[in-house]
Amino acid sequence: MPDPTSVVIKGGRVVDATGERVADVVVVDGRIAAVGEDLSADRILDATGCIVGPGLVDLHSHLRQPGKEEAETVETGARGAALGGYTAIVAMPNTSPAIDSAGVVREVLELGRTAPCDVFTSGAITVGRAGEQLAPMAEMAELGVRLFTDDGAGVQDNRLMRRAMEYATGLGATLAQHCEDDALCGGGHMHEGEWSARLGIPGQPAEAEELMVMRDIALARLTGCRIHFQHLSTERSVAMVRDAIAAGLPVTAEATPHHFTLTHAECAGYDPVFKVNPPLRTAADVAAVKAGLADGAIGVIATDHAPHAPETKELPFDEAPPGMLGLETALALALTELDLPIQQVLAALSWQPAAVVGIGGTHGVSIAAGQPANLCVIDPEATWTVDGAAMASRSTNTPFQGRELRGKVRHTVLHGEPVVIDGEAQR
Amino acid sequence: MIGRHLLGVADLGGREGIEEILRLTDSFVEVSERAIPRVPALRGKTIAWLFYEDSTRTRLSFETAAKRLTADTMNFSVSSSSVKKGESLRDTAKTIEAMGIDAIVVRHASAGAPHRIAGWIDASVINGGDGWHEHPTQALLDCYTIRQHLGDVAGKRIAIVGDIKHSRVARSDVWAFTALGAEVTLVAPPTLLPPSLEGWPVKVSHDLDAVLPTVDVVYLLRMQRERMTEALLPSLREYTHTYGLTPRRAALLRSDALVMHPGPMNRGVEISAAVADLPRSVILDQVRNGVAVRMAVLYLLLGAGADRIILPEAEELSRA
Repeated sequence: MPDPTSVVIKGGRVVDATGERVADVVVVDGRIAAVGEDLSADRILDATGCIVGPGLVDLHSHLRQPGKEEAETVETGARGAALGGYTAIVAMPNTSPAIDSAGVVREVLELGRTAPCDVFTSGAITVGRAGEQLAPMAEMAELGVRLFTDDGAGVQDNRLMRRAMEYATGLGATLAQHCEDDALCGGGHMHEGEWSARLGIPGQPAEAEELMVMRDIALARLTGCRIHFQHLSTERSVAMVRDAIAAGLPVTAEATPHHFTLTHAECAGYDPVFKVNPPLRTAADVAAVKAGLADGAIGVIATDHAPHAPETKELPFDEAPPGMLGLETALALALTELDLPIQQVLAALSWQPAAVVGIGGTHGVSIAAGQPANLCVIDPEATWTVDGAAMASRSTNTPFQGRELRGKVRHTVLHGEPVVIDGEAQR
Repeated sequence: MIGRHLLGVADLGGREGIEEILRLTDSFVEVSERAIPRVPALRGKTIAWLFYEDSTRTRLSFETAAKRLTADTMNFSVSSSSVKKGESLRDTAKTIEAMGIDAIVVRHASAGAPHRIAGWIDASVINGGDGWHEHPTQALLDCYTIRQHLGDVAGKRIAIVGDIKHSRVARSDVWAFTALGAEVTLVAPPTLLPPSLEGWPVKVSHDLDAVLPTVDVVYLLRMQRERMTEALLPSLREYTHTYGLTPRRAALLRSDALVMHPGPMNRGVEISAAVADLPRSVILDQVRNGVAVRMAVLYLLLGAGADRIILPEAEELSRA
């Protein structure tokens, strides 16, 4: 509901795609009313020393509903997102049932309608994400779905992927791929290399990801379909995407904070909180992902927020499910770990992902009079200590537990309404 | 010096720690040779077996060791228990600990399962074999057996032959043999080697015939039949042809070289029946020494070894 009360965000440094300037921002009735000096309104949100940016956009949130409500719900996931500075998140379709039909799309969108963050959903490429038969993409596209993926699994069959991409071009949709060649992964639970060999944990080679990246770049050339690579994790994947973009192919890519922060050495204690797909890889891969974010080969930081109930991680490494929380730590990890200008960090977290999923008219927009008021206010110097138990998520599986990070979300404004004030969720 | 748990060879404290256990094993070998092979060293201590994988020899060996030390033992039968009903590893471990046990010996198909348990409970956790990862008491009994027959492990050349990739025995043996100063060569087809040997102090060969005349010990690993279905080998026949210890190959060994195997053997696959029964085959000595080595480990973790760790704290408490 747009709030008729006017709000002024005072004293911050406004940063968007057009540049940056010190200014107050007045928000009325869901839109930005004015940007300038010494503005006033009914309510004041202090932004002294803070960055005022467009709300963040996550292309990769596992909200677990329907099916695994003990781990997360659309509402709790969206609340965590708001606390993390997000005003829009895209749900992944590996729910139970999968988001592979208009009915389930409607259910997820309905659950998101009252959430403190705009909830969009992706749709599955294939029925039940089983990789065998195309899902009704047109039916889902009619409900606004713009991104299709079997995330959690890659589409293995070359012909099926080609047809899916051809079909998607007719809908103006983008396909997103979780790149993982199942046969080559062979049930691996971590990156295949020095650490998997020592620990005796079955590994999956980097090439299992790279083969599918290579194939999908070829199919993008063949079909002209836009392809978005999810959670790139290897040095050669980044290089291939960089070359594909340079060749003018319709390719985009995302990287997760854990892939630019952690290496496979974290698995040495056998704690499955460090188990994730694609797996944590080598220091060289981490450096390559950072370099890709720096030079634009990777345009998007996405969370791959993947809550799991505590009991499912109280297992041996190979029996536990892969995935880690991300929505409340992504921004701070980007600010702490990446040596990038704030505008570039916000580009990767806000307007570039918004463009990939086709919501750039509402989210990640420039901060100017008349634009939708989806904003986040960040204190870039504030430090805080990560604590999974203190997060909004129903789960606690953060691999960053106890780590001190720099950069904290102070306020989040959704359609003009302050849904987070001074780091506290308002609903 | 050994700590509270024995999860892997690294917990043994390097060469010094391993040698201490081997020396202690000598005295338990002596105990085992008595008419009544039993000492009251662990009277009042309770040890639980938590075996998620079938195991006859390791279980029996630990059980015998515990009984000779007068410890009480109990078995948590995984196949007919709450585990089948979906109990988590953590709940199972906490439940067993709540009964007041002093140590749990864990065997599990998942690498790292004992490490997880050690993080959840206060009792000692002994790794009885975890997935492809480690089997530290096997490595100790292997070291002891080599020392018994060859006087020392240091300076010996040892070839470990076969499915290294999937072998917890091979991993523990590599760390233990090299900690004691042996030279280890892994002999296997590339498909049965770990994906990376970075940081492993070993040599690698794919030519068993060339390696055999140079070694003091040839250590054969069990070749499992399911490896064929994973496209790791064309056939068992081809494996035997290229890596099996046949009588022809055994003749390439020096006369004093030992033949070892952790058991159970696949006679006719990795080792021919005739070779398995040669005098230089010390496979039954390995089994025999396993009991004494496990007595030493249990004693160090739960007996005098444990007291040495606890006593200073008690003194500090009484002074306070």
